[in-house]
Amino acid sequence: MRVLVAMSGGVDSSVAAALLVEGGHDVCGATLKLWGGPQDSGCCSVADVDDARRVAQQLGIDHYVFDMTEAFAAEVVDPYVAQHAAARTPNPCIECNRRIKFDRLLARARRLGFDALATGHHARVVPGRDGRRQLRRGADSEKDQSYVVSMLGQHQLAQVCFPVGEMTKAEVRRRAAELALRTAAKPDSQDVCFIRSDQGRAGFLAERLALHPAELVDTSGTPVGRVPALELVTVGQRRGVGHGPDGSRRYVAWVDPQGRRVVVGRAAEVAIDRVELVTETLSWTDEALAEGDEALAQTSAHGRAVPCTIGCEAGRPVVRFARPVHPVAPGQTVALYDARDPDLVRGSAIAR
Amino acid sequence: MEVVAYLDHAATTPLRPEVVEAMAPFVDQRYANPSGAHALARDARRAVEEAREEVAELVGARPAEVVFTSGGTEADNLAVLGTLARCAGPAEAVCSSIEHAAVLSPMRAAAQRTAAVPGVPGIGLHEVPARADGVVDLDALAAVLGHQTVLVSVMTANNEVGTVQPIAEVARVVRALAPRAVLHTDAVQAAAYLDLAEVTAPCDLVSLSAHKVGGPKGVGALVVRSPHDVVPLVLGGGQEQERRSGTHNVAGIVGFATALRAAVAERPTERARVAQLRDRFADAVLGAVPDAIETVPRTATLPGHCHLRFEGLDHDELLVVLDRGGVCASAGSACASGALEPSHVLVAMGLDRAQARSGVRFTLGRTTSAEEVDQAAAVVASAVASLRSGC
Repeated sequence: MRVLVAMSGGVDSSVAAALLVEGGHDVCGATLKLWGGPQDSGCCSVADVDDARRVAQQLGIDHYVFDMTEAFAAEVVDPYVAQHAAARTPNPCIECNRRIKFDRLLARARRLGFDALATGHHARVVPGRDGRRQLRRGADSEKDQSYVVSMLGQHQLAQVCFPVGEMTKAEVRRRAAELALRTAAKPDSQDVCFIRSDQGRAGFLAERLALHPAELVDTSGTPVGRVPALELVTVGQRRGVGHGPDGSRRYVAWVDPQGRRVVVGRAAEVAIDRVELVTETLSWTDEALAEGDEALAQTSAHGRAVPCTIGCEAGRPVVRFARPVHPVAPGQTVALYDARDPDLVRGSAIAR
Repeated sequence: MEVVAYLDHAATTPLRPEVVEAMAPFVDQRYANPSGAHALARDARRAVEEAREEVAELVGARPAEVVFTSGGTEADNLAVLGTLARCAGPAEAVCSSIEHAAVLSPMRAAAQRTAAVPGVPGIGLHEVPARADGVVDLDALAAVLGHQTVLVSVMTANNEVGTVQPIAEVARVVRALAPRAVLHTDAVQAAAYLDLAEVTAPCDLVSLSAHKVGGPKGVGALVVRSPHDVVPLVLGGGQEQERRSGTHNVAGIVGFATALRAAVAERPTERARVAQLRDRFADAVLGAVPDAIETVPRTATLPGHCHLRFEGLDHDELLVVLDRGGVCASAGSACASGALEPSHVLVAMGLDRAQARSGVRFTLGRTTSAEEVDQAAAVVASAVASLRSGC
């Protein structure tokens, strides 16, 4: 099989490439340049491209660098800023997977004659019934990344592979060390690649959109303080919103950008029992879940999946949780797993 | 994958056999530092000075006017920064917008640096646009020249699209309108094909590089015409008449002179031979590929340059397919990561970004054969067809 491996310069994609080479495939590496500018960090930096190129050399495979900065700016960064301006909290890594890696890059791989696109995600694609593919959680439950690829459908699953999905992170690092790959001990990337650590999300957004101060009010509408920028507030956050009169922790329940208000309350007050989904973002890995079906919903990259029921209200899909959960920020992805087979990804959508 | 055609001579050229031979003693038994005071050192020093005389003669300059550098980029930097360092503001520098980054970057850095110092008049920078045919716009150049102009840099021939620039006319305009200005030309790309004495005659500073003419990488020269002088960028032992410190790259300098001599000797025949092959290649591709166009007219370029655009394609993808088909070509300019950015040259010529991303540069040279270009043209045709069918 001819496989194009997306190599970020990290240890997971390095080992993914190594495993494919060992498997006897015709392997070629590609690193995406996603974010221009002199001060980039994370998965787009020159040092990371150099690491990826060096690993490809060590493995004896060809390596290319593709410039996708324009598409990344237009399809990931600009919407990220626009979502924040609308007081929502997007996940740009998921949008990059959706629009860049598993769309543009996958299409490019096909045009270039590759049979498959591989990445270093900790998730598994396994054969299902009737030639269908299943998307499942990675073998390492601590490092599982099925959440960030939960938007993939059969069309993509037929053409992608995740070679390290069967391994634990420790095994990946051990394998990289055995092969003397220079990325073996490289720390995991934690942050959004286009945001510099010295600048942070606030600094990045402050350069690109107007920030508005807002009043903090409790659930009864009583003012309890202020925040400097409602665009930087994430529903569910605790930091910066103080404590209640009884000393209990307060969390953000919702943000009202028009009224310039941020509503806060105690954990029990802000907990939700349902979340509405954006219809156009709803996708299924295979067979769609229907109204009344049970599932497990994961609402953040490292959150726990919670039992839920799929519903429909006013023509809109909703997820009803079996028990109250911490609020889900609008713009975040809700990944749905099978109720009886909790490693099986069924679909995903963005919270309204 | 086996290489079937090396069509990237503008990036670098293979070493000439006579250059390898000339360099060999200096990477082996004649290893001394030419700045020393013993027999071995004198031997090495003599080789450097003979090379200097040779380069000087070939470019129509005096030996004392040849400053050996680590290559074309350093020569350009020395020309720009070494000139601007002598100029107290208010002053202006001018360059074409299709210059190599080795000129554009130091120009912009110097302008930015002086702008950041409060109370000191800064150095202004004008980047003069190119016309759609890839030639610097002389009217636009004339419009920004004046008594405030201290440096003008216009390349002899463009590295990407290959267009030969009207240096003699540029010089006339500069001398007439900007009497204080120092005129620099980056002749790195032109050296193999144009008469360097003619190029040098109207200029004050000329940049050269060995590896574009069949010499080794890591050596070049800045010709500094008297009475002009430059402030050194590299300080130390005071080599090169204090204009460029650092132990001489003796083997490289010897190889440079040997390569330049060979290039000049074969220039009349190579010009015609390479141009004919280039035409053969271009005609074959244009005949086989629909919606392929020449970026600039052939008549305006160096003989080895063939810059083509393939409507609707992206050079990132085309280069991969060409590479896998054994054809070495290039596009745009690689940034630090190795990613190809849309060519600033094509954008300066008025192409939009998608058009700029559809361009690929094929450059022929001394080792190119008819068989090679025929095979390459076939690979290009099938590569474009396969990408278009998959779009």
